[in-house]
Amino acid sequence: MNIENVQDAVLVKQYINGSEKGLEVLITRHKQRIYSFIFSKVMDRDITEDIFQDTFIKVIRTLKKGKYNEEGKFLPWVMRIAHNLVIDHFRRNKRMPKFQSRNDFDIFDVISDGEESMEYDMITNQMHEDVRKLVEELPADQKEVLTMRIFKEMSFKEIAACTDVSINTALGRMRYALINLRKVIDKHNIVLTR
Amino acid sequence: MAKLYNESLQEPVKPTGPKAETISFLLNFSKALSVTKYKNMTFETLNN
Repeated sequence: MNIENVQDAVLVKQYINGSEKGLEVLITRHKQRIYSFIFSKVMDRDITEDIFQDTFIKVIRTLKKGKYNEEGKFLPWVMRIAHNLVIDHFRRNKRMPKFQSRNDFDIFDVISDGEESMEYDMITNQMHEDVRKLVEELPADQKEVLTMRIFKEMSFKEIAACTDVSINTALGRMRYALINLRKVIDKHNIVLTR
Repeated sequence: MAKLYNESLQEPVKPTGPKAETISFLLNFSKALSVTKYKNMTFETLNN
């Protein structure tokens, strides 16, 4: 008797008893129907392929474990497994929404690898260089206070102690340093923003 | 008179069936998988 004409139930039994040919015939016989069923739900070839594969992995494991209850309904059973996996797929997708690139939208426009771009780095370096030059132009006492406060992050109490002046004087020098910096920036139209 | 334009509709994607590699993978998976039962425990082994 040609194995192609054997009923599903017999093929399942043969497979459980160790005949791999039984599984091959079952897959070949039902692959198109199961594949089309999955495709009609997910409408994506790659996902269909994945779910199809997962479906049969589950079928194989269940059969090999001897957990399959034969009631002459192999195909409806496989369809039910496929259906459950499709539902799992949509549940997963709901938790993790999928972005698809379109012509006018690229996902890489809104996500980054966490590193700044080369352009961003260059602008930042340029800004730091400009500020350093401006600070160099300040009177020595103002430059000293500003450097201690901004670059060394010292408190005004510490600055006052270091420079041997009162806290109010240190505060005043800082104030004038900032006023002078702003004046120079305005005068020369220096842009210090990105 | 207003011109009538036909909207070009996307061609429906037809399911072509699983790839040969998928079928081959499944058959190889089946050959490689062996299930051993010991008392009330079940062990799965993949022999590649």
